[in-house]
Amino acid sequence: MECLFGFVGDGFALVVADTCANQSIVVQKTTEDKITCLDSHKLLGCIGESGDRVQFSNFIQKNMNLYHFRNGIPLSTSAAASFTRCELATALRKAPYQVNMMMAGYDKRTGPCLFYLDYIATLQKLNKGAQGFGAYFILSLFDKYYQKNMNVEEALQLVDKCIWEIGTRMVASPANYVIKIVDRNGARLLARRGRPEPAEEQEDLMQ
Amino acid sequence: MSITSYNGSALIAMVGKDCFAIASDRRLGVNFQTIACDFQRIFKIHDHLYIGLSGLATDVQTMHQRLNFRHKLYQLREERNMRPETFASLVSAMLYEKRFGPYFCEPIIAGLNDDGTPFICTTDLIGAKQLAKDFVVSGTASESLYGACESMYKPDLGPDELFEVISQALLASVDRDCISGWGGIVHVVTPNQVITKTLKGRMD
Repeated sequence: MECLFGFVGDGFALVVADTCANQSIVVQKTTEDKITCLDSHKLLGCIGESGDRVQFSNFIQKNMNLYHFRNGIPLSTSAAASFTRCELATALRKAPYQVNMMMAGYDKRTGPCLFYLDYIATLQKLNKGAQGFGAYFILSLFDKYYQKNMNVEEALQLVDKCIWEIGTRMVASPANYVIKIVDRNGARLLARRGRPEPAEEQEDLMQ
Repeated sequence: MSITSYNGSALIAMVGKDCFAIASDRRLGVNFQTIACDFQRIFKIHDHLYIGLSGLATDVQTMHQRLNFRHKLYQLREERNMRPETFASLVSAMLYEKRFGPYFCEPIIAGLNDDGTPFICTTDLIGAKQLAKDFVVSGTASESLYGACESMYKPDLGPDELFEVISQALLASVDRDCISGWGGIVHVVTPNQVITKTLKGRMD
């Protein structure tokens, strides 16, 4: 039951994703980072089929890098989103990537922006959006509590409300989340939420 | 749910006196969940030619990109804009190319000929072209749209009256369809100008 959501605030965009990698009923990993930094000022949160998720987000990241390398300037966020959509659309009728995404970025001229990208290559620029089963709960919370031009503290409060709601009302909800932010200073990890990670060295409880 | 009603859409184009109007709803949904209320379904090809695409949103965007590309190439080669009939044939041919694996979108094409007479037509998802003299509709709300347009339409309306008629027909019809609506956008095109207005209807 993966969860991905994001919204735009005052001069920044936030993307939140769960960090649980599951295979059927087994939780394989609770520290899986599903938000890739495409370049210094772009984030791509990606959920869905694990193989496709890792492969596709790396593929897009490398292509962003290639464009920057060839042309000397990075792609704008809307151009990156459009490129990603085209890759998904081309693959759709051959071997579709089963990944749902939220792309966030900061451009000097136009400021922060957020894009919703479906697995069937539907692209839409949004101020707030969510993917996965969590979306059923999060979108309603956004309708009630989201305001334009929130600062980072207010944004984190909204994120905490969303995480609490999913934890309370969704069956098999993920325990841990990662929150990444992109603003004029770049894309970086902002915070983590959930159960603390297990210590590096732990006694073998089975002894 | 069927693939053409996955995202929800409603489109109308109407003919007036030396002008045409094309209108669409603004909802982008995934089945019953609403994602956005500002989705673009009507695209300008050139000053006197607009295409509205209903159906699966990904194919709407893909078709728009492909048609834009083809028209720009045509402009480079012919050094002029495409006439509406030519463009309609292009759309029809592009859709039929994918006869056995189609784009799930149903376009409506509206344009002004060189002499200023309006032209509208629609095709189905595999390119069966249908010209019309009065109005064409497309989308999940098409049955309601046909009824509303049939009763409200009058020939030879001026731009202002045409705007009123097409807006009322659109809003009345999308209110009867749960997966389209959330406002509307109308473009009224005359030989000299295009007036674009957004409509606020029932936001539900």
